[in-house]
Amino acid sequence: MSGSFEYAPYEEGMEVIGTDILDQILEATGRFDPTSYTDRDVARALDARVLAVEDFAALLSPAAFPFLEQMAARARSERKRHFGNAVSLFTPLYLSNYCQNQCVYCGFNSTNKIRRARLDPEGIERELRAIAATGLQDILLLTGESRTKSDVTYIGEAVRQAARHFNQVGVEIYPLNSDEYAHLHRCGADYVCVFQETYDPVRYLEVHRRGPKRVFPYRVNAQERALRGGMRGVTFAALLGLADFRKDAFATGLHAFLIQRAYPHAEISFSLPRLRPYINNAAENPKDVHEPQLLQVMLAYRLFMPFAGMTISSRERAGFRDNVIDLCCTKISAGVRVDIGGHGEQEAGDGQFELSDPRSVPEVHAAILARGLQPVYLDWIRV
Amino acid sequence: MSVQSTQNPTSVAGAVPENDDLIIGGRHFRSRFILGSGKFSLDLMQTVVRCAKAEIVTLALRRANAGGMANILDYLPSDVTLLPNTSGARTAEEAIRIARLSRELHCGDFIKLEVIPDTKYLLPDNSETTRAIEVLAREGFICLPYMYPDLVAARAMCDAGAAAIMPLAAPIGSNRGLSTRDFIRILVDEIDLPIIVDAGIGRPSQACEAMEMGVAAIMANTAVATAGDVARMSQAFAAAIGAGRLAFRAGLGRRLDDRAEASSPLTGFLRDAGAGDEK
Repeated sequence: MSGSFEYAPYEEGMEVIGTDILDQILEATGRFDPTSYTDRDVARALDARVLAVEDFAALLSPAAFPFLEQMAARARSERKRHFGNAVSLFTPLYLSNYCQNQCVYCGFNSTNKIRRARLDPEGIERELRAIAATGLQDILLLTGESRTKSDVTYIGEAVRQAARHFNQVGVEIYPLNSDEYAHLHRCGADYVCVFQETYDPVRYLEVHRRGPKRVFPYRVNAQERALRGGMRGVTFAALLGLADFRKDAFATGLHAFLIQRAYPHAEISFSLPRLRPYINNAAENPKDVHEPQLLQVMLAYRLFMPFAGMTISSRERAGFRDNVIDLCCTKISAGVRVDIGGHGEQEAGDGQFELSDPRSVPEVHAAILARGLQPVYLDWIRV
Repeated sequence: MSVQSTQNPTSVAGAVPENDDLIIGGRHFRSRFILGSGKFSLDLMQTVVRCAKAEIVTLALRRANAGGMANILDYLPSDVTLLPNTSGARTAEEAIRIARLSRELHCGDFIKLEVIPDTKYLLPDNSETTRAIEVLAREGFICLPYMYPDLVAARAMCDAGAAAIMPLAAPIGSNRGLSTRDFIRILVDEIDLPIIVDAGIGRPSQACEAMEMGVAAIMANTAVATAGDVARMSQAFAAAIGAGRLAFRAGLGRRLDDRAEASSPLTGFLRDAGAGDEK
């Protein structure tokens, strides 16, 4: 990635763990030149029994773009081998949209004039009941990144409430210290999703103008702290389109690969958000990540780590989602509301982004069946 | 715990006994095809079980969404024996908790122990698995441990109270066949419990080969679930497993390069008989 840079320094209270995974990611990503690969490299990658990091890099390169069909065929086969025809269903629940950060691409940006809200325990219960009534068993709790408006105690109580209704509870919140992750795990959360946004430290500082999120290494090391805190699964993602998406995808895959090496018991997953229109700045568009590029990244992840979970976001349109669950993705959201209080029909706060697939749980269920796949509501046992 | 010999019955009586039940935990089964259920559509379940003539069906307890949507327990025929597995367990303690939960969900006393601390290759931890058997066998569970084929570990599992041993043929889902052939053969020779090959069998011919070697049963899922016609493939597996079993019971002819027998005695020229044989 970029040459000389200085990280924003750790803030008081941020845990420093002894790990060299970030150094390895930056070193390898710095050497990754997407333009240096040829057809022969791609063919070798597609023939490899187990893909090496170099093979993964080749599949992310422009040289692999003409091979999308072959990549899709192998991805479909790998997906079937590892997951059969099962597609897991879940939904996110936004608890709060208060945020301390100023991320230029995000609807929750603290300078944006949106309706701010935070669900109280009654509001959370109302939302949880409404979602549980759809039959879902897997929920992802989200907040904006504010340690004052949605502190760890607040999130922990929300997790406890959710665990009474759902077998599987995940969190997608600001990065925590390992003891805080341990607390949430005790409350009932089992997996943690952290979007790194970009692994380019210079671009990272450009787009994260204020707030604790500016501390790049603290964010990169979040998954490792979560696992040290006892979480069972971690999700990796770059916001594709924020920087060079090929390099960010490479760094994301390598990050997951290195974490799996260090923590072989960890359940590894990928998400693939890309820039979509957002409130107060609907003109923003992806720079270069159109559907074919997005699919190329998805397929490369699947071939590199065939055993990993992969979630397809409701930011993508229904037709795209219905196809990728057959090729490479293993998990799909359904009945999604991104506004605060939306499930209980008492909307109080604005959403983070615009949905492209607003289908209900029964509608997504039917779409899965129509593909000859099987919807799975529960694939988790809390032990 | 019951013990079933895998010795060739024909070598004793010279005739094939009619009753060739697979006996696990005191329960008798006619079928030697244990069907996995995790990778194909629930709507196909009844048909596939019927075509496979399976009497034991495994299921991941983590998928048992009792009372909820797409609950696998609602799709399994009522006359099959459930073999819930502890998929998701990374330690003995987690496997023990899942087994107890299985009993609470009325899934019976059979438990397929999977203790897997590796999400990439899904390779089992034999020592943690043995620890789980020690606890669960005492609680009356019929323990069928998924294991890496290692004789020392298999003996420890027997001592801990396992009802059968389930060595992997190749990594789960790999469809690579009997990669661990020589080590499974050692288990067949040395362990008195039924040896059930679990994981890695990719095609009916491989299942047949394993049965010819004397393993007691085959467990398969991916090979069936990823076939073009799931029901027909389950039927093919059932036939191959039956053929392999029959061949084992019939006693395979010896290969000429493997302790070959001459048609005439090789020692007929001897004259100097021992004193005890003098007439």
